[in-house]
Amino acid sequence: MTERYLELVCPAGTPAALRAAVDAGADTVYCGFRDCTNARNYPGLNFDPDELREGVAYAHARDCKVLVAINTFPRAGDQAPWHRAVDQAAAAGADAVILADLGVLDYATRRHPALRRHLSVQASAANAPSILFYRDHFDVKRVVLPRVLSVREVAALVGETGIETEVFAFGSVGPMSEGRCFLSSYLTGLSPTSEGACAPASHVAYVERGGEVLSRLGATTLNTFARGEPAAYPTPCKGRYVTLGRASYLFEEPVGLNAIAILPELKAAGVTALKIEGRQRSRAYVTQIVGAFRQALDALARGETPPPSALSGETEGGRETFGAYQKGWR
Amino acid sequence: MSARPPSRLTLGPLLFHWSGQKRRDFYFRIADEAPVDAVYLGEVVCSKRESVFAPFRDEVIERLRAAGKDVVLSTLALVTTARDVEEIRELVAEGHTVEANDVACLQVLAGRPHVVGPYVNVFNERARDFVVGHGATRVVLPVEMPATSIRTVADTSTGTEIEVQAFGRLPLSVAMRCYHARAHNRTKDHCQLVCGLDPDGLTAETVDGVDVLTINGTQTLTHGHGVLLTELASLQAGGVTHFRLSPHDLDMVRVASLYREVLDGRCDGAAAIEALRPLTGSVPYVNGFLHGREGLAWVGRP
Repeated sequence: MTERYLELVCPAGTPAALRAAVDAGADTVYCGFRDCTNARNYPGLNFDPDELREGVAYAHARDCKVLVAINTFPRAGDQAPWHRAVDQAAAAGADAVILADLGVLDYATRRHPALRRHLSVQASAANAPSILFYRDHFDVKRVVLPRVLSVREVAALVGETGIETEVFAFGSVGPMSEGRCFLSSYLTGLSPTSEGACAPASHVAYVERGGEVLSRLGATTLNTFARGEPAAYPTPCKGRYVTLGRASYLFEEPVGLNAIAILPELKAAGVTALKIEGRQRSRAYVTQIVGAFRQALDALARGETPPPSALSGETEGGRETFGAYQKGWR
Repeated sequence: MSARPPSRLTLGPLLFHWSGQKRRDFYFRIADEAPVDAVYLGEVVCSKRESVFAPFRDEVIERLRAAGKDVVLSTLALVTTARDVEEIRELVAEGHTVEANDVACLQVLAGRPHVVGPYVNVFNERARDFVVGHGATRVVLPVEMPATSIRTVADTSTGTEIEVQAFGRLPLSVAMRCYHARAHNRTKDHCQLVCGLDPDGLTAETVDGVDVLTINGTQTLTHGHGVLLTELASLQAGGVTHFRLSPHDLDMVRVASLYREVLDGRCDGAAAIEALRPLTGSVPYVNGFLHGREGLAWVGRP
C-alpha cells in the first residue's frame, strides 16, 4: 500500500514570497490578484496578471503548483472583476482556482471547464452534503475545510465525500464560520466578504489614554494594553469584551494555530493537503514556516516522528493552539 | 407602470433560547393577532436547543396555518454532525417548506421548492440565478448587503421573491464555539443551555464601556436593533417583496402592526420609529449596512 503524500500548500502574498515558498520546499503555492477578488486584499500584496504568469513559470519549472484564490463574493451589479480574475488565472496557466461564490463557481464551471476548481474555506462547507453539493454542481476537486472541525470530524468527512481535502496547519485562527462573518464590516463598513479585507489597516488606530494604549477598529475599542506592552492587531474576533462584568477574550485568545505536532493524526485522517495561512506575512516568515513544515513532512514520510517545532515564537501573540482540532476548544 | 403585489411581512425564526411554553404562547399570540403573512419556525443557532420546542411544534404550526399564515421551517446555519443532516432530511421528507441556512440543505432538497435563508451567501445576480435554478422561490438576502445591491438583485429577479430583515438585532456570525458558555466559564458540552437566561441575548461591551455586540450561544449579533422603516418604500419600489421581523422578547404584535401600517402607506416611517422606541427600551437602532456604512451606524432620514 502506498502511503498518501501530504501536499504542503503555502502562502504567496507577493512574487518574492512565491519564490521563497517554492525554494523552501512548498509543493503548491497559492496567491491572489491585487484587488477585491481575494480575501487578502491588503495594500502592497498580491499579483497582477503578468506577475502571476511569471510566478507560474517559476513554480512550474520547480515542480510546484500554483493556485489562485478568487474567494470573495461579487457585489451585485459588479461581477465582472471576479469573472475577469478567473479568465486571467486560466490564461496564466494556474493549476486551479480557489472559489467560494455560487455565481463565480457557476461562471468558472461553464467558461473554463478544464480549469480545476477548489472550494475556498470562505464557502464554509463543514459537512458532507455541502461538499457533495459543490462537487455535483461544479465538479469541485478539493475542499478547503473550515477551521471549526475536530480531527475526528475531518476524518469522517474524508470518508464520506471521497474528495480531496485541504486543512489549515499554521497561521491565524478565526473562530467564526468563514465567509459568513460580518463583524469587521459592522465596525468599519468595509466587507471582508466582498472587499476582501478583514480589519483593514486604514481603520486601525492605537490611541494613548492615561497609562494605556487602546487599540481601535473604526470607532470601537477592541483592547487595552499597558504602555510598552506589545499591542495585538485589533481584529474583531480577537478583541477583549466585557460580559457579565468581566473582560475576556470572548471569542478567541490572541493565539495562532500550529498543528505541526499533530501532523501524524491529520495524515491518518486522510487529508490531502496542509495549508499554511499568511499571505499577509513577510518573505522571511514564509521561508521559515515552509522550511519547518517541509522538514516535518519529510520526516513523517520516512516514518520518523517530526522534530519538535521551533515555530512557537512565530504564531500570533507568540502563543499557539491546536484550535478546533483539539477536544474542548468549543 | 406595472403594479407590484403588496409587500409581505414575515416573522423570522426565533434566534434566542426560550422555553417551550414561552415559545408556544408567543406563537399562539402571533397567530391570533399579528398582521404577518408568514412565520419561520425552527432552530437556526444550536442543535442542543431543538428538543425544547419539539413537543409544541405541531400545535403551533396548526394554529398558525389556521390563522392563514404560511409556515416555513428554518434549518441550522452551521451544520456539522450527521444528526444535524438527519434533522434536515426529516423536515424535507415531512413535506414542509424549508428555509435553507446551510448549503447542506440545498443538497438534501435536490431541487424541491424552498427558501434560501440569510446565512447562505447570495450576494449577486448570478448566485441568485443559480439558487433559483435549483428550486429557490424566495431568497432572504444577507444582512450585510447595501440597498444598491439589494435593489440590483431584487429588481432583476423575475418571479423570485426577495426578503430582507427589517427589524431586530442583525446576525453577524455563527461559530462552533459557544460564547455564552465561555462567558459563564463553562464548556459547550456542559453548557446547561445557559443561553436561556437571556431571552434577547447577552450584551458584550467594549473594554471602555460601550455596548457593541450581542451574544446568543454560538451566534453573535449587533447590539442595536436593525430598523428599516424610512427605507421601506424605496425597497418596495426596488422589488423587495418580503420584510422580516426577527423575534425579540417584546411586543412583536405591536411591532408587526407598525411595519404593516408603514408598508400600506398608512403611517410615515419616521413616525413609526417614534412609536417603536417605547417598545425597545434603551437599545439603539442601526441601519448602516443598508446605507453602505459600518453596520453599527444609524443613518437618520436624509
